[in-house]
Amino acid sequence: MEELFTSGRNIPNIDPYLQIWHWPISVYLFLGGLAAGILFFAAIITILGKDKEYPTAVKKASIIAPIALVIGLLALFYDLTHKIYFWRLYTTVRIESPMSWGAWVLMFITPLSMLWVFSYYSEIFPKWGLKYDFLKKFEKFLIANRKYMAYALIPLTLILGVYTGILLSAFNARPLWNNAILGPLFLVSGLSTGAASIILLSKTKKEKHLFGKIDLGLIIIELALIVHMIMGFYAGSEVQLEAIQLLIGGDFTVLFFGFVVILGLLIPAIMELIELIGYKLPAMIPAILVIIGGLIFRFVMVEAGQLTRYLY
Amino acid sequence: MRYAMLIDTLKCVGCSDCVVACQTENDVPMGYCRDWITEVVNGQYPNLDLELKSERCNHCDNAPCVRCCPTGASHKSTGGIILVTANECIGCGACIESCPYDARYQHPEGYVDKCTFCHHRLEKGQLPACVSVCPTNCMYFGDLDNPNSEVSQLLNNRKHKTLAPEAGTKPQVYYLL
Ligand code: SF4
Ligand code: SF4
Repeated sequence: MEELFTSGRNIPNIDPYLQIWHWPISVYLFLGGLAAGILFFAAIITILGKDKEYPTAVKKASIIAPIALVIGLLALFYDLTHKIYFWRLYTTVRIESPMSWGAWVLMFITPLSMLWVFSYYSEIFPKWGLKYDFLKKFEKFLIANRKYMAYALIPLTLILGVYTGILLSAFNARPLWNNAILGPLFLVSGLSTGAASIILLSKTKKEKHLFGKIDLGLIIIELALIVHMIMGFYAGSEVQLEAIQLLIGGDFTVLFFGFVVILGLLIPAIMELIELIGYKLPAMIPAILVIIGGLIFRFVMVEAGQLTRYLY
Repeated sequence: MRYAMLIDTLKCVGCSDCVVACQTENDVPMGYCRDWITEVVNGQYPNLDLELKSERCNHCDNAPCVRCCPTGASHKSTGGIILVTANECIGCGACIESCPYDARYQHPEGYVDKCTFCHHRLEKGQLPACVSVCPTNCMYFGDLDNPNSEVSQLLNNRKHKTLAPEAGTKPQVYYLL
C-alpha cells in the first residue's frame, strides 16, 4: 500500500487538480474544427467545379467560417492570463510548439476565409450592392482567383483540423490527451460538424442528400477512431489505463457515451441511414445533434484530460 | 556546465524550511509556492516506510515546457536552468499543462512562474535559498559536468532516483535513497 501526501501546497488552479484551460479553450477547439470543416468542403466543391450545384457549401455556409474563427480567437485570447503580451505569439515561429504553429495557421486562414466570403458578396447580398469601384474591382479579382484560394484552403483546413487535436495530444504529462489518434479524430469530427452545418443551411434536396451521405461516412470513421483510441488506452501503461477510466467508468462516462457517442454520433448516423434508404426525416435533427455532440466532445476531452496525470 | 540538485531522502525531515526560504527569497505571492514537501508512506501498519522529500521544478534536460511554449518565454539558460521570461509570457498555460510534476503556476500578475534554482544567487556565487537553509543539510547543489564536484561524487556513490523518469523528461533533481 502506498499513500502520498503533499503538505503545504494548495496553489490556485493547480491543486488538487489542474484547471488551467477552461471552457474558452473547448469552444476554440470546436469552432476551429467547424471552420476547418466548412472551408474544406467549400474548397473541394469549388475545385471539382460543382459550385453551381452545391451553392450552400460554397456560399451561405462559408459565412460561418470567418465568424467562427474570430470568435474562436477571441475565446483563446480570453483564456490568456498575460494578455498584453499577446503579440509575442507573432514575433516567433516555434515549430515544436503546436500552440505556435496553430496561431500562425489561424493568422493565414482567418483573412483567407474573409476574402472567400467577400468573393461571394454580390451573390450573398444582392440587395446591398458594393458602392465603391475599387471594391467591385477587388471582388472581381477575388472571383477570378477563387480556385487558387480553394487550393490554398485544402492544406490549411486540414492542418487546422488536425491541430485542434494535436494541441492536446502533444502533452505527455496528461495521459488522456497523449494519444496520437486525437489529431485525426478531431479533424474528422470537425469535418462532420462542417458537413452538418451545410445540411442545416441548405435549401435543396440534392445538397442535403450529398452532405448527409458525407456526414454518415465521417461519423462511421469517427466511431472507428474512438474505438481505436479506447483500445490504445487499454493497451497502454498504468497512467493511460487510469486516464481512460474517466471516460469508461468515471465522472465523464455519461457525458462521453450519452452525449458524444450515442446522441452525437450513433443516433444521427442511424437517422441519416434511414433517410438514405428513402424514408423522410427532418434532416435538421441529425445535423443539430452532430454539432452539439462535437462541442460536448471538446469539453469532455479538455476537462477530463486535466484530471489525468503522472503519479509518482 | 550542468547544474543539478540532490536531495537526501534519508536526511530530510519535512520541516518545510526550504519552502519558506524560497517564498521569502523570491517574493512568492501568498498562497503559492515554488517548492513543497511530499510524504510517501509505504507498507502496512506496523511495518511502515516513510519517505520525506522536498520537490520543485526538475529543470528537465528534455523539458516539455520549453518545447510547447509558443513564444520562447520558457527557455533553457546557462547550466540547463529552465527559466520563464515574464514579459515574453502570454499566459497561455501550455507549459503548465505540459509539466508532469505540476511545478509551475500562474502568478497573480498573469505570467507563469516556478523555481529558478535561484539563478540570481548563483550569479553571486551563493547557493539556492532552499539549499542554504536546510537544517539537516540534506540538499546538495553543483555542476554535474565536473566529475569532481560533490554532486557528481554523490551520484556515483549513492543509490538515487528521479521523479517519473517514464515521462521522458530527464529530471536534474535527484533523490538519494
Ligand atoms: S519540472 Fe516541469 S517546469 Fe520544470 S523543467 Fe521539467 S517540465 Fe519544465
Ligand atoms: S504560459 Fe507563458 S511560458 Fe508558458 S507556454 Fe505560454 S507563453 Fe510560454
